[in-house]
Amino acid sequence: MNIMMNIPTFTVSQANRYIKSLFDSDLGMQSIFISGEISNFSNHYKTGHLYFSLKDDNAAIKAVMFNRQASRLRFVPENGMKVIVNGRISVFERDGVYQIYVEGMQPDGAGALAVAFEQLKKKLEAEGLFDEAHKKPLPSFPLRVGVITSPTGAAVQDIFNVLGRRFPKAEIIFKGVSVQGASASCEMIEALEEFSRKKCADVIIIGRGGGSAEDLWCFNDELLARAIYACPIPVISAVGHETDFTICDFVSDMRAPTPSAAAELAVPDMTALMMNTASLTERLYGAVGSYLKVERRKLEMLLEQRSFTDPGRFFNSEYELLNRNSVRLKAAAEKILYKEKNTFTEAFSALERLNPLSVLLRGFSLVSHNGQIVESIDKISKDDRLTVQMSDGTADCLVLGTERKNKSE
Amino acid sequence: MSEYTYESAIKRLQEIVKLLENGGLTLDDSVKLFEEGAGLAKFCNNELKNAEQRIISLDDIGEEQQ
Repeated sequence: MNIMMNIPTFTVSQANRYIKSLFDSDLGMQSIFISGEISNFSNHYKTGHLYFSLKDDNAAIKAVMFNRQASRLRFVPENGMKVIVNGRISVFERDGVYQIYVEGMQPDGAGALAVAFEQLKKKLEAEGLFDEAHKKPLPSFPLRVGVITSPTGAAVQDIFNVLGRRFPKAEIIFKGVSVQGASASCEMIEALEEFSRKKCADVIIIGRGGGSAEDLWCFNDELLARAIYACPIPVISAVGHETDFTICDFVSDMRAPTPSAAAELAVPDMTALMMNTASLTERLYGAVGSYLKVERRKLEMLLEQRSFTDPGRFFNSEYELLNRNSVRLKAAAEKILYKEKNTFTEAFSALERLNPLSVLLRGFSLVSHNGQIVESIDKISKDDRLTVQMSDGTADCLVLGTERKNKSE
Repeated sequence: MSEYTYESAIKRLQEIVKLLENGGLTLDDSVKLFEEGAGLAKFCNNELKNAEQRIISLDDIGEEQQ
């Protein structure tokens, strides 16, 4: 008991705090790299903290990565993945366990960037961001070409040179951005949004010249990929060299192997357009020329026909026909006239015969009583005064007597 | 002619050339098409001329730009 009494007694908390102080005072524990395989991985969905163990063939160590650090990871850790973590080892007093508080983690072997790239690619592909159906066709005659790249470096000059040589008609709307480093993807996203908002380009080239995988890394940014996908203007990506592939290349409407190639894809070749216009013009004139030639030939063939080569013949026959017809017409007319004349003569002589005056000329007289023609003895009586009209005068007469002619006589 | 863009003009010109090459049109229609085509060819040619590269900063473009 005495021995026990002489040695100070700790509470559990005190003991753990003491042990923790030993860990925390050891410089070697403050920054340590450990390689191992992830196991018992759990992602606390509420807090975003990652809890797992690192193990090798013979041993294991508990690990925790808080969400502030975990959110910066470019890949999603999973069980069985070989990683290298860095952080500090300390004691979790409550449970009396020591663990590594992970600051950073990268896949061991394959390389953090490659793993992150593959994971993001798979994810966006599954979401349909790379679908051919979504890709917008490039304009065939763009008048404004947006260029998003670094204001320094060869890429921007290459792009300007090719655009100027092929198609100087297109205005270049340029936005200089960082193309590597922490702010690069944000700057490029903002540039894309500005182009979309201002609607000031028919096609956009986004890219940079060659560099290391880390240099090009900002083109694998998930948010940048989504910005390209959302951009209403067709986007051509041109990142690094022909062998470099980035997430931007998959999501853009057209991938160009280099910045110069992007410029070639963005605009048509002015010389080719001029040749096309010239050839169409030539065909236009040619088509009309041959049309006129065909029509002229048709006309010539018409003119070669007999009625044109021997118009007299044509007219002769027409004249004959006309002549024949007029003779017939004349005969018909004469016939009609003759007939009319006869009718008229007959009518006239009939009229002549009926004219009482002509009767008078032949020696007959016209007797009237009180203006009434006397055609019967019954109309007059003795002492009536009658007028006797002859052809050349009248006589006043007195009826001395009447005698009726016996009818039966 | 101003209602045309280069693209629509070259497209119409192609149509006209095809129509004329196919033939079967009246002289009147042919002449009308030819006149239209000649105008379009001139327009396209002018569109390709007088081009000098201009570089504008995105920052200098107003928000209300069409």
